[in-house]
Amino acid sequence: MSPKPPSHASTLLSVRDLTFRFRGQTQDVVEDVGFVLRRGETLCVVGESGCGKSVTALALMGLLPRNAVRIRSGTVEFRGERYPVNDFDRVARFRGGEMAMIFQEPMTSLNPAFRIGDQIAEAVERHRRCGRAEARARALEMLQRVHIPAAEQRLDEYPHQLSGGMRQRVMIAMALANEPSVLIADEPTTALDVTVQAQILDLMAELQADTGMGIILITHDLGVVAEIATDVAVMYAGHIAEYGSAADVFGDPQHPYTIGLMSSVPRLTGPRQRLTTVPGMVPTIGTMPSGCRFSSRCPFAAPVCAERPPLAEVGPGHRAACHFAPLDRTLELSA
Amino acid sequence: MLQFLARRILIAIPTVILISVFVFALQKLLPGDPVLAMAGEERDPEVIAYLREKYRLNDPVPVQYLTWIRGVLTGDLGMSLRTNQPVLVLIGQKLPVTIQLAVMAMIFALVIGIPAGILSAVKKGTVTDYAANVVALSGLSVPNFWLGIMLILLVSVRWQLLPASGYVPLSEDPVRSIETMLMPAFVLGTALAATLMRHTRSAMLGVLTSDYVRTARAKGLAERKVILKHALRNALTPIVTLTALLFGELIAGAVLTEQIFTIPGFGKLVVDAVFNRDYAVVQGIVLCTAVGFIVMNIIADALYFVLNPRLRKQ
Ligand SMILES: Nc1ncnc2c1ncn2[C@@H]1O[C@H](COP(=O)(O)OP(=O)(O)O)[C@@H](O)[C@H]1O
Ligand code: SF4
Ligand SMILES: [Mg+2]
Repeated sequence: MSPKPPSHASTLLSVRDLTFRFRGQTQDVVEDVGFVLRRGETLCVVGESGCGKSVTALALMGLLPRNAVRIRSGTVEFRGERYPVNDFDRVARFRGGEMAMIFQEPMTSLNPAFRIGDQIAEAVERHRRCGRAEARARALEMLQRVHIPAAEQRLDEYPHQLSGGMRQRVMIAMALANEPSVLIADEPTTALDVTVQAQILDLMAELQADTGMGIILITHDLGVVAEIATDVAVMYAGHIAEYGSAADVFGDPQHPYTIGLMSSVPRLTGPRQRLTTVPGMVPTIGTMPSGCRFSSRCPFAAPVCAERPPLAEVGPGHRAACHFAPLDRTLELSA
Repeated sequence: MLQFLARRILIAIPTVILISVFVFALQKLLPGDPVLAMAGEERDPEVIAYLREKYRLNDPVPVQYLTWIRGVLTGDLGMSLRTNQPVLVLIGQKLPVTIQLAVMAMIFALVIGIPAGILSAVKKGTVTDYAANVVALSGLSVPNFWLGIMLILLVSVRWQLLPASGYVPLSEDPVRSIETMLMPAFVLGTALAATLMRHTRSAMLGVLTSDYVRTARAKGLAERKVILKHALRNALTPIVTLTALLFGELIAGAVLTEQIFTIPGFGKLVVDAVFNRDYAVVQGIVLCTAVGFIVMNIIADALYFVLNPRLRKQ
């Protein structure tokens, strides 16, 4: 697919045609994925567990196991450079610097053997080529910035001395220490208590407001999406089912999968919902339908669905991969 | 941690007592009479009676044990029946030789085993990995005596590079001393290197897929730093512990190697003592070895604590 036409904010990152598979598999885990991230905006990637959200993020960070994955296509535009996704060496130069990532597992993502101050300082030293003392000062500054109490003391503590929420704050401090323009957050709150979840998301929003960074937030919490997304990409079984502004995707969902997800979520307010509301299971690599990937669960499936639908424009900057989108026109036709 | 160590030491005490009883009892059950061995060809009944009296062999066995253990507690391991030297002196002479051998063997094992383990984990599934594993398996399955003899034939006899035997104390001529120990240390070290390699490999494999290694990569660190700092530091914890344990085993395993290279160490002392029914010496040695083992075990546990921030602070 091609990226959205440029809007008011400047584009930070654009990805197109990302397609790859793991060695020894006959189908792609991620196919034709593309999106655009603009300055100060938040792109939420939603979809059921196993649909390829994390591997997409890892591919952008060059963190997929090099010899276990085959990148078949994919181009990235970032910092005015255009490069193929499999140019891992180039990505290695700016990951942790211009593009940073935090993970779903705060409990295990910090190295248990090193002090947290040193772990943050290490990231600073790597990208700023500065001395120990300066890096340490920056680490302290970052711990204060993510509102860790008694930051000076915490600097010399080990990860096991911190709670999960505190550890995720440390991860955020580490990721943001080099002022990245893009932060990828892969379900950063899934492993945390509900109250802590809200704190972490507030913190991210606060830091985003300060720095203008773009955030790619992977989540399966639709309440979160409704609150903070600028744009939404709905992923299903390794591809994008629907993509557009949060207002469009929430206000006028066009893909039956998105509609299924939304139907049980009270708009914008009310309790958060997990994506477990669509009956059936995500097909695994081996059982993937050859036509529309959603056809095995789609209530509207028709013979035409044996052909793979393109991710077609249904409105300005709003796309859906369904033969029957846009739905209102289809409904008009059948009426 | 101190509490933990104190507990370990408390457990060690009954263990040592049990071992001492066991060793003593086994000695008594073994066939052969030390006095007969000492009394010479004539076996003069008077001499025999005198010797029995002298070494208190006529006392009931439990009394003999208590006599011995009282001595042990005051630092007196008894006298060698054969050479008439205090057992402690004998051990004091021979143990440093064996420790030198063991230390050198351990250096070989560490220098070969750990890098090989890291390499084969990082290159998992590649030719390098398979090659390292084949070599390790060979290292484990080739008997020490065969490797020792082959080395002597090749390095000493054919190429005349290193001496085949002839121990020189470290204090006398360090260079020559290390030279004479190179081959035996290598022989003794190979099997250990293989063990260490396999443990390092599996520890590294476990750690390389961990979330914090992914974080280290996500920071943009060079792969070398990711592996040698973030992964290795965590993989090394069990390896250090293992090394402490293996060191105890190494001393016990030195017996055969010392025989092949005619090194006058602990091993030779044991063999001579057993063949001559030199009870006091055998008991002393076994007791020392057992205590050594237990001490290495406690050191291993302590190291585990020291290397684990999670345990250290609690
Ligand atoms: N290293 C890997 N090797 C093989 N398959 C993988 C690997 N990592 C992830 N996968 C598979 O890729 C698919 C997408 O996984 P993931 O991106 O983690 O899903 P999620 O959307 O829940 O983040 C899953 O089917 C997962 O089993
Ligand atoms: S293309 Fe067919 S199967 Fe796929 S989502 Fe649309 S209606 Fe459902
Ligand atoms: Mg995931």
